[in-house]
Amino acid sequence: MTTTAAPLDVAALRADFPILSRTVRDGKRLVYLDSGATSQRPKQVLDAERFFVENSNAAVHRGAHQLSEEATDAYEEAREKIARFVGTRAEELVFTKNATEGINLVAYAMGNAATSGDQAAQRFVLGPGDELVVTEMEHHANLLPWQQLAQRTGATLRWFGVTDDGRLDLSNLDELVTERTRVVAFTHLSNVLGTINPVARIVARAKQVGALTVLDACQSVPHMPVDLSALDVDFAAFSGHKMLGPSGIGVLYGRTELLSVMPPFLTGGSMIETVFMEHSTFAPPPQRFEAGVPMSSQAVALGAAVDYLSEVGMDRVAAHEHDLAAATLAGLAEVPGVRIVGPTDLVDRTGPVAFVVDGVHPHDVGQVLDSLGVEIRVGHHCAWPLHRRLAVPASVRASFYLYNDLDDVTALVDAVREAQKFFGVA
Amino acid sequence: MQLQQMYQEIILDHYKNPHHHGLREPFGAEVHHVNPTCGDEITVRVQLAGSGGEAKVLDVSYDGQGCSISQASTSVMTDLVIGRTVDDAFGTMESFLELMQGRGQVEPDEDVLEDGVAFAGVAKYPARVKCALLGWMAFKDAVARVAGT
Repeated sequence: MTTTAAPLDVAALRADFPILSRTVRDGKRLVYLDSGATSQRPKQVLDAERFFVENSNAAVHRGAHQLSEEATDAYEEAREKIARFVGTRAEELVFTKNATEGINLVAYAMGNAATSGDQAAQRFVLGPGDELVVTEMEHHANLLPWQQLAQRTGATLRWFGVTDDGRLDLSNLDELVTERTRVVAFTHLSNVLGTINPVARIVARAKQVGALTVLDACQSVPHMPVDLSALDVDFAAFSGHKMLGPSGIGVLYGRTELLSVMPPFLTGGSMIETVFMEHSTFAPPPQRFEAGVPMSSQAVALGAAVDYLSEVGMDRVAAHEHDLAAATLAGLAEVPGVRIVGPTDLVDRTGPVAFVVDGVHPHDVGQVLDSLGVEIRVGHHCAWPLHRRLAVPASVRASFYLYNDLDDVTALVDAVREAQKFFGVA
Repeated sequence: MQLQQMYQEIILDHYKNPHHHGLREPFGAEVHHVNPTCGDEITVRVQLAGSGGEAKVLDVSYDGQGCSISQASTSVMTDLVIGRTVDDAFGTMESFLELMQGRGQVEPDEDVLEDGVAFAGVAKYPARVKCALLGWMAFKDAVARVAGT
């Protein structure tokens, strides 16, 4: 990841985020290093949401009054902005509650194919002999939906392993992804390891055997330039709250030719074409997958978040976070007894940086850090099998965003030393 | 400093030198509990003599991995329940639960909780209350299983 983009003016950016000026734990400067879990929101995003609610709030895609028109326009405009942001067309994006719902939507739609009565949906039908392939580094959100789909349909779940240094083990790519494979679901950027996976290589093999690809883009879309069309995946999901937007909104990308024949997941209002007491037909995508009154102010706010990120420039965001990850790896390398969970080099790797401190449980590390104002994540970060694979019960994870600076990294490293001192291991 | 308030010496002592640690025979029931948010786990064995509330807790042994709070709390728990009747042990557990769920507003009774009073500071951190209760909940479950057989 080499770039000549101008560095970020972090101090100026920080001024846009009201929460960053508060203190925590008796007046300590807030060192927020948990953006991988959820990001903070700039005034611009909060203002956009408030402006919408104060001026145009109405149920979208319903009614013919002026507010409804304005609300619908704002909602669809947001979809277009987000589509441009990830290199797709608006009709290929479905708004969901979060990324977890997006991935479940695909898994449940596939599960519904067998009984949908629609010939075109037959391509999604799964049964014994079919295989679903995931990876051992998945977030639970991209593991359980496939595990459960396999259980419901009799298909078999298989997975790529992870190497000791936290890379995807693709040495058996051709044996694992075969003509029996129907879905390959994998993460773009590991939420624990910081590893960026070789999407092109996996997609190429999946295409060879006619398998669908599902990309968990939760950590990539917020933190690096992502062009989903260029990546050539069939589906992708990401969450609004991890990219300066509000919670309660996520995005599912699906190729038009797939979304247009995929059975619905949730059914009800506004996803229909015609309704009779005995049967119904469905609206074209994306409406087919947006049953009920959708989250409008959240969509508008996510549109504003995308504007904000675009204005800063995703290449600059990525370069900045890469620098922070490098500084963190270098800083922690100086602390005896700290082991990185994930690659220690910066090839195809960025933040987050996860680690363990010998002799101090991650929960206890986190408590000391918290007492110093350093807010990080502890636990297995919804990637329990990955932690089991790497033989650590849990880890400490620092994750970054455009509003973090080198002072935050220094505060983290100093706090880790404090934790060692407190528990008498240094 | 808040940190010292939470990590009292008593807690750190139990963490570094846990009492009754290790899995022992004989035992009437064995349970395995996990804290799903952090992946901590514990195996607890209980040996009772007699039945009902008057049954005596002859032994509680355990093994697991976890943070200082969960490990120390389990160690303190074994001190408080071994040699007591099930009714007594559960009574102490209720006091400990009340303390832990009290958000730091409950004044602990040292006569009842002994070293357990050291956890009063932990009660101010809702995210850590589960850690402090891991061993206790496993003990309760194990007793129920012995009683159920």
